[in-house]
Amino acid sequence: MRGPIAAFADPDQDATPRPAYIEGVSVNEQPAFRTRGLAKIYGEGPTAVHALRGVDLEIPKGELVVLLGPSGSGKSTLLNILGGIDRATSGEALFFGEDLVRMDDRRLTRYRRKHVGFVFQFYNLMPSLTARENVELVAEIAEKPMDAMEALDRVGLKNRADHFPSELSGGEQQRVAIARAIAKQPTVLFCDEPTGALDIKTGVGVLRALQDLNTTLGATTLIITHAAATGAIADRVLHLADGQLRKVDVNETKKKPEELVW
Amino acid sequence: MNELLGGVKTLNKKLLRDLWRVKGQVLAIILVIGAGIALLVMSRGMMASLDTTMRVYYARYQFAEIFAPAKRAPNRILSDIRAISGVSAVEGRIVGGGLVDLPDEAAPISAQFVSIDPDAARRINNVAIARGGMPSALRGGEALLLEPFAAAHGLSPGDEIAVTMHGARRVFRIAGTANSPEFIYMIPPGDFASDPARYAVLWAPRAEMEAAYDLDGAFNEAVLTLSHGADDRAVIAELDRLLAPYGAIGAYARADQISNKYLTEELKQLGVMDRVMTPLFLIVSAFLLNVVMTRLVQTERTQIGLMKSFGFSNGAIAFHYLSFALVIALIGTAAGWIGGMQLGRMITKIYQHYFHFPFLIFVPEFRTVNAALMASGLTAGLGGIVAVAAAARLTPAVAMRPPAPPNYRRGGVVGAELLRIDQPTRMFLRRIVRHPFRAGLTVIGIGAAMGLAVMMRFNHNAVDYMLDASFNVIDRSDVLVTFAEPLSETAIYEFKAMDGVLYVEPMRSTPALFIHDGKERLAGVTGIPDAPVLNRALDSDLREVETHGDGVILAQQYADILDIGVGDMLTIEVREGRRPTLEIPVAGFIEAMIGTPAYMKKEALDRALKEPERISGVLLKIDPNKREEIYARLKETPMAAGVSLRREAYKNFQKLLDEGPGTFRDIMTVVSIIIAVGVVYNNARIAFIERERDLATLRILGFTKIETGYVLLGELAALTIIALPVGSLIGFLLWSYVATAMSTDLYMIPIVVKAAGFGYAAIVVIAAAILAGAFVQRDINKFDLVPVLKSRE
Repeated sequence: MRGPIAAFADPDQDATPRPAYIEGVSVNEQPAFRTRGLAKIYGEGPTAVHALRGVDLEIPKGELVVLLGPSGSGKSTLLNILGGIDRATSGEALFFGEDLVRMDDRRLTRYRRKHVGFVFQFYNLMPSLTARENVELVAEIAEKPMDAMEALDRVGLKNRADHFPSELSGGEQQRVAIARAIAKQPTVLFCDEPTGALDIKTGVGVLRALQDLNTTLGATTLIITHAAATGAIADRVLHLADGQLRKVDVNETKKKPEELVW
Repeated sequence: MNELLGGVKTLNKKLLRDLWRVKGQVLAIILVIGAGIALLVMSRGMMASLDTTMRVYYARYQFAEIFAPAKRAPNRILSDIRAISGVSAVEGRIVGGGLVDLPDEAAPISAQFVSIDPDAARRINNVAIARGGMPSALRGGEALLLEPFAAAHGLSPGDEIAVTMHGARRVFRIAGTANSPEFIYMIPPGDFASDPARYAVLWAPRAEMEAAYDLDGAFNEAVLTLSHGADDRAVIAELDRLLAPYGAIGAYARADQISNKYLTEELKQLGVMDRVMTPLFLIVSAFLLNVVMTRLVQTERTQIGLMKSFGFSNGAIAFHYLSFALVIALIGTAAGWIGGMQLGRMITKIYQHYFHFPFLIFVPEFRTVNAALMASGLTAGLGGIVAVAAAARLTPAVAMRPPAPPNYRRGGVVGAELLRIDQPTRMFLRRIVRHPFRAGLTVIGIGAAMGLAVMMRFNHNAVDYMLDASFNVIDRSDVLVTFAEPLSETAIYEFKAMDGVLYVEPMRSTPALFIHDGKERLAGVTGIPDAPVLNRALDSDLREVETHGDGVILAQQYADILDIGVGDMLTIEVREGRRPTLEIPVAGFIEAMIGTPAYMKKEALDRALKEPERISGVLLKIDPNKREEIYARLKETPMAAGVSLRREAYKNFQKLLDEGPGTFRDIMTVVSIIIAVGVVYNNARIAFIERERDLATLRILGFTKIETGYVLLGELAALTIIALPVGSLIGFLLWSYVATAMSTDLYMIPIVVKAAGFGYAAIVVIAAAILAGAFVQRDINKFDLVPVLKSRE
């Protein structure tokens, strides 16, 4: 079975088919991610920290997944490994069948470049670029990018396109960050505490944008949060504690962010 | 490292750790400060060593303060000279030119012969015996030989040496070898550079010299020392009056004595290098320190707030950060001191080749310690003060908050929106435009490095140009033969008759005193034949000097020296033959490269002197295959008082240049690379630290290492490119100043500007920038992406 990883394993092969969900036709039932015995140890010897202690999980493609857990539960480590910016100590982390754990730096970069959209807690926008330029920054290196203005339109910031980050509010900055993440039409979207630096009302706006985009674009979306209530907006909630996956909740019906009770 | 910190106070521990954390940048600054201090120690130390050695040498060996050459003055006149007010001692001696004939050397070698009284208790222009002893007046046939010449030819006391003096051949036995304050720098007539192998000095007992030069009971040069505070100009005037009837050429002071003049010019040039280089390095160092310190204070705002809230005073905090700069400066000073000592010893060896002292030891000038410490302390202060003031000014509450985020606003960048450029390029262009001051400093820093390289290159080009112009364009002769005194033009037939001599060109010059408007100058006039072939009078642009009618063309320097202009009448007191006094109009001025010549048409000069068809020397063009035979004939030519081999001089001079200034140039090239690498690396490191988060974000977004590096290094590349014309300008200005400051009466350094010089410097700077860029790219390649996700700005 030829997974989408093949597309970046050999960049010259333009003929490689795009993942099926992009066209909206579900022919591929392989999960987006599957991990087996995923473990991460920072440091060595007596001071070693076991951030992940053998995590087995599956994330079906196209789902909106919320990772819940207290500080130090390993949720960020898990997201970093799945996002291709950190490497597991042992186990496997398959992205459509390709093991991220065994990829070298170059292939991980290519993976992030082609398939991954990131939304950070502190937005991480380039201060010297306007909202539109921040989106174009990523669009320039993407294969089939969305028009920057369209991406901004989807997060409701079309009219703020020519503002610099310092001229935007926190919520606006985070929505620019989301527009930047979706502009490349990512296969997966990772959001690490996307509302962590925002007030509740603004945070709700950001979550709604993420939920809408998950529905309309079909990108598998992982959101880290420590606010348990947020789990209600997801298809699936993964509960982590002490480096282990403790529980998986599957929501039959998703709530809208506005309906959450904080 | 931790064990070392045990006994140190907490803040000092922090200081050492801070230094260690930015060790790359600290090293770069230490190198730049070190290079500046090394040059300071070397040039000041060299100046002091040369100056002290010179003074001690001059004093101990009674170097004359006045020289008064004449044709033949009776010894009795010496008591009149001694009676001149201000004269401390006088000796009448016999000096003469001639040739030395060494069996191993095909070519004749120019020599100077000097009379000496072996039994005198005190002597003016005394000799420092190196080997052997004084020649015996009783035994006869003995002489002292100049030590560097003896050493160059492997001659020892007891050996014999054949000479031609005053037209007669004879053989001396070498009684000993010696140095003299009079012959520290030996430049053969018609040459440019000291060559110990090509110029001999022999001291023979007076009786032998009297016989050889036919000067029984007479002398042809009075040498004088003066009592303290004597007016040398008054003494010279009185001497000239006394000796005028005896064919005086004109007395001159020690300042105009050729060996002393080269030595003092050398000291002056070292001073110029010192004045230009040291500040240049220290300014660059201050800039680098400023960049690092500003960043340090920025990143440590929180700690500063904490320290203040703990109760550390502003003074203590200011001192803490200032000591960061001071420690760097001190280490740089120490490194520079050690480097300067090494350079000094190296340069001393080179100097010993040019300047013949009986001893010359490089001793760093003690005052330089203070100067170096002050200079580097000032550098640290200048570099650190702005940042330190900012640190001290912060209130604890403000300090503990992060600084305001970079504030980009619309309209700040004109044109960038119009251009179709990619976002990474836009990022660094905006950054440059947003921090114009910092970008400007970086450009100037890189420009300074390039300027240095440009200057050294131009220096090299100028010397090449001078050499090429002098030996290949102006003077195309192979051999210059000078006569002891002017001869009839018929003398040229003797040379024409020699087998292998292709062309003979007569030359005529006469010593004279130029007087105008109460100012005077001992000089010489050269008569230019019609359509000269071998030696042409050319100005610094290599244009033929046009002589007009009976007028004289003067080197530009005379305009100031004599306060004279075109059309003014110049009084020329000829110091030769019938010694007429001439009134000649000034027809024009030229920029001369070498010396301060004065030209007239030969016919006009002959007419004015009323001595037609006299020549003072000949220039020869010879068949290279007959060189040996011609040299052999010249050795036996009695009329030759000096023989200068132009080709040999050219080759020899180039060899000397490669050894001496060549070494210096290599040092300076290394140093300019250090500056360029230091500036670029520091800037890149700071930019890297400041933008670590942005760069890591780019990596996470899927930018490759190279693409990410481009955002950072693109900025440096842009600044380096902007710095190229700036560096060219700095180099040109530096060079113009140095060339002008170093130009002397002996030679004018042409300000030759060649595009290749800029190109060479650009390559040096670009290579340095690439090296620095590679260091930073290495940092980008290995940095950790994970913490970025959680960090605030």
